[in-house]
Amino acid sequence: MAAGLATWLPFARAAAVGWLPLAQQPLPPAPGVKTSRGDEVLVVNVSGRRFETWKNTLDRYPDTLLGSSEKEFFYDADSGEYFFDRDPDMFRHVLNFYRTGRLHCPRQECIQAFDEELAFYGLVPELVGDCCLEEYRDRKKENAERLAEDEEAEQAGDGPALPAGSSLRQRLWRAFENPHTSTAALVFYYVTGFFIAVSVIANVVETIPCRGAARRSSREQPCGERFPQAFFCMDTACVLIFTGEYLLRLFAAPSRCRFLRSVMSLIDVVAILPYYIGLLVPKNDDVSGAFVTLRVFRVFRIFKFSRHSQGLRILGYTLKSCASELGFLLFSLTMAIIIFATVMFYAEKGTNKTNFTSIPAAFWYTIVTMTTLGYGDMVPSTIAGKIFGSICSLSGVLVIALPVPVIVSNFSRIYHQNQRADKRRAQQKVRLARIRLAKSGTTNAFLQYKQNGGLEDSGSGEEQALCVRNRSAFEQQHHHLLHCLEKTTVRPNVRWYSRIERGPSEAMPALSFGWEAHYKLWKSHRA
Amino acid sequence: MNWDSWPELVLIQSGKDSVEDEFELSTVCHRPEGLEQLQEQTKFTRKELQVLYRGFKNECPSGIVNEENFKQIYSQFFPQGDSSTYATFLFNAFDTNHDGSVSFEDFVAGLSVILRGTVDDRLNWAFNLYDLNKDGCITKEEMLDIMKSIYDMMGKYTYPALREEAPREHVENFFQKMDRNKDGVVTIEEFIESCQKDENIMRSMQLFDNVI
Repeated sequence: MAAGLATWLPFARAAAVGWLPLAQQPLPPAPGVKTSRGDEVLVVNVSGRRFETWKNTLDRYPDTLLGSSEKEFFYDADSGEYFFDRDPDMFRHVLNFYRTGRLHCPRQECIQAFDEELAFYGLVPELVGDCCLEEYRDRKKENAERLAEDEEAEQAGDGPALPAGSSLRQRLWRAFENPHTSTAALVFYYVTGFFIAVSVIANVVETIPCRGAARRSSREQPCGERFPQAFFCMDTACVLIFTGEYLLRLFAAPSRCRFLRSVMSLIDVVAILPYYIGLLVPKNDDVSGAFVTLRVFRVFRIFKFSRHSQGLRILGYTLKSCASELGFLLFSLTMAIIIFATVMFYAEKGTNKTNFTSIPAAFWYTIVTMTTLGYGDMVPSTIAGKIFGSICSLSGVLVIALPVPVIVSNFSRIYHQNQRADKRRAQQKVRLARIRLAKSGTTNAFLQYKQNGGLEDSGSGEEQALCVRNRSAFEQQHHHLLHCLEKTTVRPNVRWYSRIERGPSEAMPALSFGWEAHYKLWKSHRA
Repeated sequence: MNWDSWPELVLIQSGKDSVEDEFELSTVCHRPEGLEQLQEQTKFTRKELQVLYRGFKNECPSGIVNEENFKQIYSQFFPQGDSSTYATFLFNAFDTNHDGSVSFEDFVAGLSVILRGTVDDRLNWAFNLYDLNKDGCITKEEMLDIMKSIYDMMGKYTYPALREEAPREHVENFFQKMDRNKDGVVTIEEFIESCQKDENIMRSMQLFDNVI
């Protein structure tokens, strides 16, 4: 509701007198709401801090807690004030909203706490004023992202154990995704990593010219041609391992279509396909040219390392998220290249024996100059050419320097996010363990109480008063509740055992303690 | 825009540009006359005046409302239509000294007539509202402007849809009722006389008595 609408309503109604003489039909009667015009000061006591305001101020926004009759629930007749057991600092902002019509967001408070206060007082977050809206939204988004990461980390982490009845497929998939869950998965992880490295090194070494011991042939051969069988065997072994891994992943994937379309599986396919194509293609010279080209694709095996390295994945993700900046960089570079190449070509046209034979030939010069490489294979000789060449190199630096900070900041942000996620995952385990311990404490207390015979209905109070430890009203009621549940569900000869999960070693005594309780209970029922 | 340096500019060259005018309005603070004087001039009680002023001051800290603000405030009550024309007419009716702004005194004086005045006072005020050029009589064109502005406030999304000729027909009906001597204009005497004869109008004059 707009600010001050309630203030101006009486005026708008009064101004309606202007329509009266024109009305062709009788107008409806006025509503009988008698607004008490005697304005009163209300006292709102928020956790001891008193706020006083006119009743009218609060009435401005009738669809909130303070503006509607909902505040009567909080009225304390003895003191004549409205008491709220909430944060007084936050209430200041809420009350200022009523006074000025703009809701400001405090900078030093937690955004979640602020949201909760707003929800309590019936204010929608959209009421945050323009001055604070952007910051509010940013902080809220950041918070939401962080919480989402937390949840994801909890679900994806190896904290929750797999359900006992999980199939081979599910176990296999989990082993592939989280190699740390079992030893076999870890071994597999390292073995595949080793073979990727071996395959890549073999590809590289294949092309090194090696001089044989015999020194018979004057022509140096690359190692690949000297030892074709050895390299072929190594290649076969690697491809077999990769194929096996790919097929296993395909089998274990929960959604095969999605797996087939994912980037990693495409890389896998591209890594092993050239080998099979090479097997199928007959060895004649026409096709072997194309076959050699296929071998180039073997280098893509190096991308399989991205499953093993998180940094590589982050880099890939950054490049994907900076696609627009990279696109801009490419576009502006292309424009500049074309312009400068044209200029250089026409500048150097007159010279004989010039390297600048055509504009596309000048492209190479422009690229080499703009990226400040300067090979020197193409050099301008005219003065105009030299002038434009220097302008070209100066502008090259500028054009490249522009999108780079954006990409760098993106990378930094994603990298830090990942670091944070890892740190939180490690802390999460400790946190969960502590929470589990606290929860088991309650169950412990109940069993202790039972053990001390506090549940016996006909218990004589005096003997037990010494050993039954002092319990709060909450505990008493809680225990009574558990007792009722037990009586409802458990038949006489069935025991109720402690359902403490397997936790760290501190919980072990509780487990053994549970057996004691069971024994006593069984004995008491026998008796 | 460097707001810090504006105040000096305003003092030195006041009233030069219209851009500066807007800022002048927010630095200039208009204070109303004392409470006693207003009590004498209007028919509101002291408490009512206090409540009115508090609301007014809260919305317009500078103490005056200019036409833009007025239109904006009024349009919030009629979101479905275009109330800017009618708001202009209303503004002119409240701005009795025609200085382009409505101060608290003007505001309260107008409200006093509407809410606490006699029926004749109210009819006078309404006549003043319709008489756009304040020449003492309402012509058909003036009435048509007023009628169109009121129909504009209704907006287009009515069922059944308002016809194009509806304002004109309404004006014809009005003149038929009010214009005794059929000379094409309605004077103040004709207006008051005709209204006093109409039961509906007399009864509806009491409608907004307890607004404040």
